[in-house]
Amino acid sequence: MTIPVSLTVNGKAVGVDIDPRTLLSQLLRDHLHLTGTHIGCDTGQCGACTVHVDGRAVKACNIFAAQVDGAAVTTIEGIGGANGALHPMQAAFREHHGLQCGFCTPGMIMNAIELVQKHPNPSEDTVRAELDGNLCRCTGYHNIVKAVIAGAANMKG
Amino acid sequence: MNAPYIGQSIKRTEDQRFITGGGTYTDDVNVVGQTYAYFLRSPHAHAKIRGINFAKAKAAAGVVGIYTGEDLTAAKVGGLPCGWLITSVDGQPMKEPPHPLLAQGKVRHVGDQVAVVIAESLHQAKDAAELIEVDYEMLPAVVNAADARKPGVPLVHDDVPHNTCYTWAIGAKDVVDKAFASASHVTTLEFNNNRLIPNAIEPRAALAQYSRGDEAYTLHVANQNPHVERLLMTAFVLGLPEHKVRVIAPDVGGGFGSKIFLYAEETVITWASKQVNRPIKWTAERSESFVTDAHGRDHVTKAELAMDKSGKFLAMRVHTTANLGAYLSTFASSVPTILYATLLAGQYTTPAIYCEVTAVFTNTVPVDAYRGAGRPEATYVIERLVETAAREMKLAPAEIRKRNFITQFPYQTPVALCYDTGNYGATLEAAMKLADAAGFEARRKQAADRGKLRGLGYSTYIEACGLAPSNIAGSLGARAGLYEAGEVRFHPTGSVSVFTGSHSHGQGHETTFAQVVADKLGIPIENITIVHGDTGRIPFGMGTYGSRSIAVGGAAIVKAIDKIIDKGKKIAAHLLEASADDITFKDGVFSVAGSDKKKTIAEVAFASYVPHNYPLDKLEPGLNETAFYDPPNFTYPAGSHICEVEIDGDTGATKIVSFTAVDDFGNVINPMIVEGQVHGGLAQGIGQALLEGCAYDAESGQLITGSYMDYAMPRADDVPSFKVDTKVTACTHNALGVKGCGEAGAIGAPAAVINAITDALGVKDIAMPATAERVWRAMNTKSKKAK
Repeated sequence: MTIPVSLTVNGKAVGVDIDPRTLLSQLLRDHLHLTGTHIGCDTGQCGACTVHVDGRAVKACNIFAAQVDGAAVTTIEGIGGANGALHPMQAAFREHHGLQCGFCTPGMIMNAIELVQKHPNPSEDTVRAELDGNLCRCTGYHNIVKAVIAGAANMKG
Repeated sequence: MNAPYIGQSIKRTEDQRFITGGGTYTDDVNVVGQTYAYFLRSPHAHAKIRGINFAKAKAAAGVVGIYTGEDLTAAKVGGLPCGWLITSVDGQPMKEPPHPLLAQGKVRHVGDQVAVVIAESLHQAKDAAELIEVDYEMLPAVVNAADARKPGVPLVHDDVPHNTCYTWAIGAKDVVDKAFASASHVTTLEFNNNRLIPNAIEPRAALAQYSRGDEAYTLHVANQNPHVERLLMTAFVLGLPEHKVRVIAPDVGGGFGSKIFLYAEETVITWASKQVNRPIKWTAERSESFVTDAHGRDHVTKAELAMDKSGKFLAMRVHTTANLGAYLSTFASSVPTILYATLLAGQYTTPAIYCEVTAVFTNTVPVDAYRGAGRPEATYVIERLVETAAREMKLAPAEIRKRNFITQFPYQTPVALCYDTGNYGATLEAAMKLADAAGFEARRKQAADRGKLRGLGYSTYIEACGLAPSNIAGSLGARAGLYEAGEVRFHPTGSVSVFTGSHSHGQGHETTFAQVVADKLGIPIENITIVHGDTGRIPFGMGTYGSRSIAVGGAAIVKAIDKIIDKGKKIAAHLLEASADDITFKDGVFSVAGSDKKKTIAEVAFASYVPHNYPLDKLEPGLNETAFYDPPNFTYPAGSHICEVEIDGDTGATKIVSFTAVDDFGNVINPMIVEGQVHGGLAQGIGQALLEGCAYDAESGQLITGSYMDYAMPRADDVPSFKVDTKVTACTHNALGVKGCGEAGAIGAPAAVINAITDALGVKDIAMPATAERVWRAMNTKSKKAK
């Protein structure tokens, strides 16, 4: 049995027939081939799958695709500008070496963008607290925190 | 960005794809006709399999194939091999019980794989697996190393008495015992080095394809050493010709050791891809990672340090029981021996050391190398002993260290290693300054006024990286070589592809290696691509583990570059009508000494590929050289870590208020990347000390910490911003003077943290992880005693 789901992904209208068990993360990766959204756990803890649903940061492995019927979803592939220009938060992660293996990075960046929308001038403590739902095993968070603070400043400019 | 590139914090080339979602990890690769594998795993720690009924599963929708251990036996598929033979003190080889790909009549840990279901979709594979009925006869289990040899304890393998894989020793026991007998003070500690679960954020994954047309296999796999993976899989397990198997480890999302090893899953699906004649993908769920990725550490140790009355170390005696889990993982046997006991001299002149290690099997996930692999365990032993000794001898922690530091190099330790260079006093002094150790007592007092307990802990560690040379390792039981390969290929128009057997899974080799190549060849860094992770493109390689990549892989590339320059000189001599002996090479230009005649290396490369004016009678066309480099010795990074903690007197919650690391990694190619490696290692070391405790239920053998809900991974608000710096003594025996930096943080940090906590609490010891509960109990037990 399949069910139809219609939504907007990175500004494009998408309609698919899917198994009702399909998670948003599976819809993005397996059906739409947007493999920048990563799956690092099965308990909603690691945050590697974070995307924006109607502007809110959401863990895509924690929500059925059917639940986002009619919504606007943005993934890591959809945040850059025209001609491959980087989003200011992407640029900050590169500038401050806020990534190593890169696996947690898309989720980190998607969460960081929402973080800055809530806290335009975040302190180090705020950044560390708000990143609680995103695990990184490589960086020790030191440079991620620096990148997010710098990214917040970049997003104003 | 201008040359020289070495020493500059150049932003990473690889980041562009990672920050845009353009990375290609194994699970991102999809091929036409692909099927999905799901492994049915044991829910029990120890059980006999009376029978398996998969009639219903075979008939389920979408099922393409189901296989069990019986099918593999019928196909004469072997078990997983162990890459290092350890010999017991009685001269007997270690016990190597079979390590089947799929259970053979018995399961030995929760998560042990029983059957594989291959179906058109993952949902269908899982649905079918639920229909398989396995008739288990449950057996009693043993999970703790300390229990494994007790009388009456269940045997994990029927033919391994006392669950003992080996008892191994190093050092002169009689000399050590004599030194202890005459010592004026002996410090003794008994502790566990807690079991850790690696948890690279990318779960293991594999995609196996078989082509009937050319009888060849292609395996994409999240792995740190694809050539080793291929060698072990083809030669020791599947009996396939090596040239018919291509292993690709594309972007890999962290490894930390756990992706070195040959695992059952990728081996089974490679075999099965021919049986079903379809590509098969398998991606671990995190719950599977917890019960199948090789775990780390898990030692039970009694350690003693003998001193004279001035605090000069006379001897060290260590007895360790190491938990190997249910089976021997790929390099499991070498970790608690060769990579552990040989490090027990640390930074000190301790003249006599004896260490005895008993390795045991238990009904737990196999244990193998995890970031640091043996060296964190050794450092923990030494640095806990030294700090405790300082307190007992009423010496300052820095003072007891300085009295015992090695200051003359090369230095032959009593446990086999020979350190080439170092300056331990310099890193300690610098760390104390950066940490403001002098101001600590004032901060402690201020904290006490606020009802908080402050503590300061030191850890001055030694590391051995780039395990080598191959012949010595071979004499110690290694079943593999320990060199690295590199190929440098000029293209006709002057750009360069470099193929390295090292593998980058976060380390930034695509940038660091390019910096080295750009400087050595004198060409712009933009003209260089570093290629890694593909047995189909790279000559050979041992991969990345043990902080070896720049010291061994980098040195191999430099050796290939030297060959390129040698050949380039001959080509330039022909073009410039001079003798090759008169040609010099600098900044990418070949010149005739004492003249203004010159050719750029790009011009020379072009001439080599379009050899119209070329010494064809003496030289082959082309400019493409390969080198293998087998180092003459380990490298010995070292450093000083200082941790300052503040403990809440009411709750026991510990906050790391400052963590300082000053390390000597030899020459540094890219300081930004090196600092990042230190940060990551520190977080893992702090994780071990404060948060991460793998727990098994002693009776049922169930893994209690089987998810991120139960296993405490360090999060952003668990760690501070770090203070890091480096001091340099260049390695004396490799071309770049480099030592390696990947594991240092994880090696030094645990002892520094626990030394700080015990300092704050005024207790001799506290178990890792020092959770708030344990700290609170330590505080309250102590205050009761004081009353």
